[in-house]
Formats: sequence, structure tokens, C-alpha cells
Amino acid sequence: MKKWLFPFLLILLLATLPFYTGPYMMVSITSILMYVCLTVSWVIFCAPTRYMSLATATFFGVGMYTSAVLGEILPFAVVVACGGFISFLIGLLTGFICLRLKGFYFAIFTFGLNELVRHSVLWWEANVSGTVGRWVIILESMTIYYYMLVIVLLTVLVAYFLRRSRFGLILFSIGESEEAAAHIGIDVTRYRIIFFAISCFFMGMAGAVMATKWAYIDPRIAFNPILNFTPVLMALFGGVGEIYGPILGASLLTAISEVLLSRFPYYYMLLYGIIFIIVISFLPGGLVGLARKWRKEPLKN
Amino acid sequence: MIKLVLDVIITSLIMGGIYSLIAIGLNLQYGVARVLNVSHGEFVMVGAFITFWAYKLIGINPLISLAICGPMLFVIGLFAYRTLFHYLRKSSESIDVFEGRSMLASFGILYIIQNIALLWWGPNVKMYTFLNFPIKFFGLALEANRLVALLFTLVVVLVFYLFILHSNIGKAIRAAAQNEASAQLLGINVHRVLALCFGLGALLAGLAGSIISMMQEITPLMGFPYLIIAMIVLVLGGAGNILGSLVGGLILGAVTTIVLYWEPGLSLVVSYAIFALILIIRPQGVLAR
Repeated sequence: MKKWLFPFLLILLLATLPFYTGPYMMVSITSILMYVCLTVSWVIFCAPTRYMSLATATFFGVGMYTSAVLGEILPFAVVVACGGFISFLIGLLTGFICLRLKGFYFAIFTFGLNELVRHSVLWWEANVSGTVGRWVIILESMTIYYYMLVIVLLTVLVAYFLRRSRFGLILFSIGESEEAAAHIGIDVTRYRIIFFAISCFFMGMAGAVMATKWAYIDPRIAFNPILNFTPVLMALFGGVGEIYGPILGASLLTAISEVLLSRFPYYYMLLYGIIFIIVISFLPGGLVGLARKWRKEPLKN
Repeated sequence: MIKLVLDVIITSLIMGGIYSLIAIGLNLQYGVARVLNVSHGEFVMVGAFITFWAYKLIGINPLISLAICGPMLFVIGLFAYRTLFHYLRKSSESIDVFEGRSMLASFGILYIIQNIALLWWGPNVKMYTFLNFPIKFFGLALEANRLVALLFTLVVVLVFYLFILHSNIGKAIRAAAQNEASAQLLGINVHRVLALCFGLGALLAGLAGSIISMMQEITPLMGFPYLIIAMIVLVLGGAGNILGSLVGGLILGAVTTIVLYWEPGLSLVVSYAIFALILIIRPQGVLAR
């Protein structure tokens, strides 16, 4: 019971947040929620399988474009679901094509995939639709906040229960040793594809919601390659051993980068790069690893 | 028609040569030192800017800049490996973990270099004119700077290839690429070779940047597309295979140039599509044995 108390209080606080804070804070917290969602959904697939996906921006961007294309036709909740679902289908297709690749080639492939999609959309918009960007319906920041909150809760719950379910164990065993898993009768590729698509589902939903915050999108914004790396950094910073790791990592780093961006707009990338290198060099287990070391628990994973 | 064909051939050779240079550099860094250096394109950009400023401020001939730029970037690359990647390698429990961590660390370097470049040099497009007169060539007017670039690219690629093939250092590099443990048993100081490879990779990127600046506009953001090109060539030729990168670069140069003449907007799309296809069909590289 004690274990559930803190998450419950946190959710209660977040749900009633608009009553105590101003609009600027709301916008900041919405972007924290967005990064939490992306990082946790990245971790759903990438932590247990030890595959590094660098296509977060691709699926996020698919969600954004869904929102831009369908936003005026359908009610918004349906649009968000569509964003997730289309992303899920593209994730299935991508997984089907490339999840037979060995670990590192998968990372390079997903990285190239984002560029392929970005340039294809850019070409299509310029030559077929005759525009560069698109307008998205505008929603109130409160509405965006609640949509994002619900999606984050859903993502975290799914991540938490998948980790504890039979499927989570299957995925961990694949990550530990692919041959051993195949020998005890696990269809390695099928499980990878399903989990990959599930993680894409949440990225797509987040994209569909966040598109309304930007109001105007073009392929450079929607498929920004930097967003491929941010969730990886956030997950590593937090540590992937526990579910709170990526949540903590994403929240802290987003907060830090918001402060950096407003205080030092010209040195933002420089400082971010230095943080990146320090985290990778000195925090191999992330904050979770640090906490465990501090409590003198043995390191797992 | 013949003019067009000749023009396409020469442009393909220039682009192919530059792609080969950059890709061989990345191949030394990933194929031998196992660092997928995402900031590789930034080294190209730095090389281009060093040449630009040397010409603008002191009036150094860009061809002489090649001899300044290369060693400078070599030292930067060596320093980056010695401090950061060597540490990561020693503190990673397996080579796979090292590959992941070093790639992310090099992404941090990309951020840092790009930010410094934007602060120092501003976001604007820059260009200088160098040997900007046409030379008649089979009834075809070609700018002299492109011909010089072509010549120098091919010379650098050839010299470097012979260096890898015949010198003792080159042999040590190839030995380390094939099997690190055995190379170590044969008395090769592997860590020194890996650092050297990283430095040489940066050197080649710098030379390529220097050559690019002779004929094209340069900006602090120009590096990233060259990284992608280098990764495609790396996959095309196979990691650790220097000849593969050389041939792969020339092939990709030809393909992108032909597509560029046919439908400019699709040039990058086609290269990525080729990239995806190769990874799916032959992840070990088309030209790999």
C-alpha cells in the first residue's frame, strides 16, 4: 500500500495543477509530460531488448501529421487515437522490415529511416500538396495539458505492467540471450515487432496532441533529428533499471534544458552537449544506478 | 547530350571522391576504432571554415590550407579519442556497450562543435571565390576550381589508400580492424592504433571540408548531410573495409549526381532509400566478402 501512496499523491497533484499555477508553468509542465511520454515509450522497447531505436522523432512526427491532416474533420479524441494507431501500424511495418537486423545496424537503420521519411514528406509537400508546412487546429493549453497527462498515465501504466507481465519477461530473456530465448520456443522477432509497435503507439499519440501546441508544423519541425536522441539521453540519465528512472530522467533534463534555453539561449546546445557527455561518461547506470550504489544494493542490468 | 553526359560524369567523380574521403574517415573511426562518430560531419564543417578564414584573413591559398587543416584536425581527433573515447572504452564492460555509449558521446561532441561554430561564425552562408574561371575541355566549359578539387580529391584518396596498403602503420591498422586480440599478440600497440585511426578519420574529414569549401557555400550546419552520406557508404562498403568505402563512395556519388540532374528534390530520398534497402538485404555490406 505504501508503495502506491507517492504515485497516487503525484497524480492527484498533477490532476489539480491548473488550480495553483499560472499559464507559463502549465506550458513547461506539458513539455515535461511530453518528454516523459517519449522516454518511457522508448524504454518499453529499447531497455529490455537492448536495441537502440533512433526513430522517436519519426513516430512523433507521424502523430503530428495525423493531427494536421485529420484535425478539422474528426473530434480531437479520435484524432489522437488515430495518431497512435497510424504510428502503431507504421511501427509494425518498420519492425517487420528491420527487426531481423543485428543490434547496431538497427540503430543506424532507424536513424536513416527518420531522414528518409523527413525528406520524402518534404518532397511530397513541395511537389504534390504545393505547401511546405501545415496549420494545425489550436486548442487551449489546459486541454492539451489534460490530454498529455492522460497519455502519460497510460504510457507509464502500460510500461509498468508490461515489465511485470509474462511478455515483459519474454522480452528481457530475449535481451539477455537471443539464442537461449529462441531455443526455449520464443518467437524472438514477433515479440520484438509487437513491443516496438506498442512503443510507437504512444509516441504517435503524444505527437498528435503536441502538434496543436505548435499550431504550425513542417517536416523539419515534425521529424527533427534531435528528438531521436533526446529520449535516449533522458533514459540513460534516469537509468532504465526501474520504471521511475526514465520518468525522473525526462523530468529533470527537460526542466534543466528549459532553464538553460531561457537563461543562455546562445550557449544552450554547448551546455547540453557537455551534460550529455558527462552523463554518458560518469553515470553508466543513470540516477537509478546512483541510488542503488548509494543504498549499496547490487547493480542489475 | 554528350556535354550533359560529360558534365554528369565529372560531377559524379568530384562528389564521389569527396564522399569516399569522408566515408573512409568514418570507416577508420567505426570499422577500426568502433566509434560511430555522429560528429564526423562537423569535422568536415570545421575543415571548410578553417580554409575559408585562412583565405579571407591571411590570404593563404586553399590548396596550402589542406596541409594546415589536415594536421590540425588530426590533433583534435587524437585528443578527443585519448581523453573521451579511451576512457569510455576502458570503463565499458563489453564492446557493444562501448559502441552505444561512444555514439551518444559523439552526439554530445556534435552539439558542442556546432554551437561553437554558430557563435564564432554566425549562421550565415559563406563563400569565397577561388580559381573561378572556366577551362575549355572537349568543348565543355568547366570551372577550374572543380577540376582542381577533382584532382586533389583523387590524389588524397589514392595516397591514403596506398598508405593503408603498404606502410607499417597501415598494416597495423588493418590488423587491428581484422582482429584486435591477435594484433595485440603480434606486438601492435592497439590503443595507439585506435587513437591514430580516430585522428586520421578527423584528418580525412577536414581535408574533404577544405576541398568542399573551394566550390560550394559553407554554413555551420553543412556537416550533418555528409555524416548521413558517410554512414550510407559505410553500410554499402562494409565496416572495416577501406576499399569498400572507396568504391562505395564513388558509386553513391554517381547515383546522387544522376538523381540530382533528373529531379533535384529526390536526391537525398533516393540515397536513403538505397541505404534502407542495403541494410535490409545485406547488412554486412554489399561489397563485403
